[in-house]
Amino acid sequence: MTELFGVPIQALMGQLLLGLVNGSFYAILSLGLAIIFGLLNVVNFAHGAFYMLGAFLAWMGLSYFGLNYWVMLALAPLLVGLFGMVVERLLLRRLYGLDTSYSLLLTFGLTLLVEGMFRSIYGVSGQTFDMPDQLRGATNLGFMIMPNSRAWVVLASLVVCAATWYVIERTRLGSLLRAGTENAALTSAFGVNVPLMVTLTYGFGVALAAFAGVLAAPVVQLSPLMGQHLIITVFAVVVIGGMGSILGSILSGLMLGVVEGFTRVFYAEASSTVVFVIMAIVLLVRPSGLFGRER
Amino acid sequence: MKRINIRAALAVALGSLGLAAGTVHAQKISDDVIRIGLIDDMSGLYADVGGARGVEAIKMAIADAKGQLFGKKIELVVADHQNKADIGASKAREWFDQGGVDMLLGGSNSAVSLAMSKVAAEKHKPFIAIGAASARLTNEDCTPYTVHYAYDTVALGKGTGGALVDAGGKTWYFLTADYAFGASLQNDTSAVIAARGGQVLGSVKHPLNASDFSSFLLQAQASKAQILGLANAGGDTINSIKAANEFGVTKTMKLAGLLMFISDVHSLGLDLTQGMYLTTGFYWDLNEETRAWAKRFFEATHREPTMVQAAYYSATRTFLAAVEAAKTDDADAVMAQMKKAHIHDFFTKDGVIRADGRMVHDMYLMQVKSKAESKYPWDYYKVVKTIPGDQAFTPLAESKCSLVKK
Amino acid sequence: MSDQDRVLDSEPAAPASRGLGNLVPPDLRGFAVLAAVMLVAPLAGGYPIFLMKMLCYALFACAFNLLMGYAGLLSFGHAAFLGSAAYLSGQALKVWGMPTPLGLLFGAAVGAVLGLIIGWLAIRRTGVYLTMITLAFGQMLYFFYLQAGFTGGEDGLQGVPRGTLFGLDLGSDLTLYYVVLALFAAGFLLIYRTVHSPFGQILKAIRENEPRTTSLGYDTARFKLLAFVISAALAGLAGAMKTLVLGFATLSDAHWSLSGLVILMTLVGGVGTLMGPIIGAFAIVALEDKISDLGSWLARVTNVEWFASLGESSTIVTGLIFVVCVLAFRRGVVGEIIAWRARGK
Repeated sequence: MTELFGVPIQALMGQLLLGLVNGSFYAILSLGLAIIFGLLNVVNFAHGAFYMLGAFLAWMGLSYFGLNYWVMLALAPLLVGLFGMVVERLLLRRLYGLDTSYSLLLTFGLTLLVEGMFRSIYGVSGQTFDMPDQLRGATNLGFMIMPNSRAWVVLASLVVCAATWYVIERTRLGSLLRAGTENAALTSAFGVNVPLMVTLTYGFGVALAAFAGVLAAPVVQLSPLMGQHLIITVFAVVVIGGMGSILGSILSGLMLGVVEGFTRVFYAEASSTVVFVIMAIVLLVRPSGLFGRER
Repeated sequence: MKRINIRAALAVALGSLGLAAGTVHAQKISDDVIRIGLIDDMSGLYADVGGARGVEAIKMAIADAKGQLFGKKIELVVADHQNKADIGASKAREWFDQGGVDMLLGGSNSAVSLAMSKVAAEKHKPFIAIGAASARLTNEDCTPYTVHYAYDTVALGKGTGGALVDAGGKTWYFLTADYAFGASLQNDTSAVIAARGGQVLGSVKHPLNASDFSSFLLQAQASKAQILGLANAGGDTINSIKAANEFGVTKTMKLAGLLMFISDVHSLGLDLTQGMYLTTGFYWDLNEETRAWAKRFFEATHREPTMVQAAYYSATRTFLAAVEAAKTDDADAVMAQMKKAHIHDFFTKDGVIRADGRMVHDMYLMQVKSKAESKYPWDYYKVVKTIPGDQAFTPLAESKCSLVKK
Repeated sequence: MSDQDRVLDSEPAAPASRGLGNLVPPDLRGFAVLAAVMLVAPLAGGYPIFLMKMLCYALFACAFNLLMGYAGLLSFGHAAFLGSAAYLSGQALKVWGMPTPLGLLFGAAVGAVLGLIIGWLAIRRTGVYLTMITLAFGQMLYFFYLQAGFTGGEDGLQGVPRGTLFGLDLGSDLTLYYVVLALFAAGFLLIYRTVHSPFGQILKAIRENEPRTTSLGYDTARFKLLAFVISAALAGLAGAMKTLVLGFATLSDAHWSLSGLVILMTLVGGVGTLMGPIIGAFAIVALEDKISDLGSWLARVTNVEWFASLGESSTIVTGLIFVVCVLAFRRGVVGEIIAWRARGK
């Protein structure tokens, strides 16, 4: 059995692969956050709550209506996206002239509200989400047994992230979005309905979070607090990648998941803080983030 | 502007005072009521072990005691500690200071119970720990007012741990909940393993109510131990077992559920749990008396009782019997009576509360039936052997409790 | 905070009017009344532990407000200061046998040192980036405390002795109450003096328009850092006081939800006002305590069973208040009162 730095290579590969799975979640979530911050200049603290909503909607769809996982994978993000658009129109819009801190606080309050409501109905301990049949089983990779469900998570996330990146960077719709980010006044002078674009963008961003939630439902403990565990780490990921950079957030997400896995092998206690240490260093040395441009 | 400021300040200060004073008037501090308090995890990972159904069991006990003693009404107050020691301890303190609570029942979570036991000792009120497992409650952290009723980590270690080592599981790896309970369970089981010629190859700690066990299980697998000791409970145990199956850990290691309740088996199903050993102080289907009581419990809650829920009933009746014998609810008199009592009910035939607070009674080593062996709903266990009380728990001579005269 | 929402300058520098021969400066009259009420509160039947809890959090909120309301820096990691001081002073009192007065000072010192480090790092950025840095450091410290042996992790650091203060036995709740009240008053007065000093004026100038303040020749970084240190030191004192009162320190003291809660307390009470945070803290602490009673009462009165479970969830109510406050009530209770009064003139 070969060893690397005193650790059996099997253990290392296993943790790295698990880190990649986590990284996929980080990537989708930070992608949504980056998009929202890029266009709206809003730090969406409620992103974790929307992620949880997606997961719970999937569970509710299955338990109450018998709708399977695959249906919910499309339906849940749609529903959550619509809800997000309502939130943007009714609540966030009122704060646009003010300091960004207010939207942070508003979305923080929303998080407490949503998580609190679900917590009072469902308690804190997890609900069970039955693994869809297509994802059951595992593949023996030699150094570890990889459940198919987790391989699916990585695949689905990469596809969605790549598709989003493509739309934003390479299509006309995306260029409208980027124009709106750079100069909203000028863009609307060209006849583009910027407020509508903003609403749709927020809806899309949180729909991404909900998508991640549905992906997570069979894999992670389904609890009203599941977003809480993630959200602050995801913030750190976005800051490291660069607050408005699409590619940056995807790459940072994947990278940091792997870094976490790596840390877990050698110095397990530090795995929860390594992301924040990196964030602090990045903020001090290269404030606009690894891939971002100074706003 | 200054006047308004003063008025505002006055209003709020008086308002807050009113609210603070409200705590005094909302509940009677009178001694014309025997008030029992329960602080348990009502909504978290241990909610199925005791929780709301446990409250039903206590209510049954109070009803069976005719709801009153010497003409004084018996009341129950309930609070959720949310697995936070500060919430549990603060609530206990407030109840003793302001709420007129005469006896405190402790639900799951050893850390919270340890904190509450200290408060009860400070306020000189009886505290009966039922849901918590850590044997520290009757050893290093014993007090004259603590009774540890249903089970503890030593009994679990000797029962399940001993059985597995004797069956050939010589090398162990622990997956441990990172707080007082997990640590106690791991320590006490490791002692048993070492005593019987086994070896602990390593361990990994996971946060309480962890969302994802995959990385911990990978580490466990890498150790190549024969047995994976799950030093956790409730939702954590359920999730560990699920993930262990998903990641194929069960193909190379045997799972030891060091603390498992019937609610866990019910949640996981027999497919995932069959063949697992577990140690318990109570099983609903053990004999006629347990079945009779369980039937009443089932009618009220639609589930069979866990050991903790059954113990809630038994402990409440024991306490009330002690109050009756002492003819007062004064804590010292009641504690003296409880330590003299012989507990004989459906929960245990011959229970005795020792000087260190430990309630000693027979424990049972069970094995989970396979689907084929299970003939009716909730028919989950078969008895492997009965462990007499004096063998299950720490002998008095070895107790680390300062109250025990050596 | 932006121009539109600048709280009308809290207590404008009023002339030291001796008016009716009253020796209490105008801005402190509100506080004087509060202090008088709190002096008699426990004797009137208030539960001392609960009152002391309110005072500790009120001090925490006032300390936070110094940074947010007067220096204009939103810290989302203030619980790190309170929690660190809570744990370290607890350790000092319980394990190192430090005498109680020193233990309290130690708590403040812990806060100050952390404020210096985190503040220095945070002020290198502005706006939401500064907030993110404080959040990150708060998380780092939280995870450190989760894993450090001495904190007891999930179990918490329990059994911290109260000791004696200048010969007074603090075991009695009542004695401790008056000590806590005195410390609270001292902390508040320190903030008052800071705010009404030239230093305080410059902080406000930095908040209003930092580039202009720099152009006037002030080293704004140094002022912001000092504000951080003072704020963190007082938060540390509040943490040490809290440990003393309750006898334990737990992870909740360092969790980011507490950071969020202190923001709410300040927001509800009135950012940038002196009395605001105190009122906000009292209100929120009382609410959290009474919410379950309120919930069961509402359930009984309306026959809607759901209210009973609302009672168990202070999170929902907290979230609701946050949302409403940010949308429609940004000036907070005291801020609104001041604005209303100013309109009336």
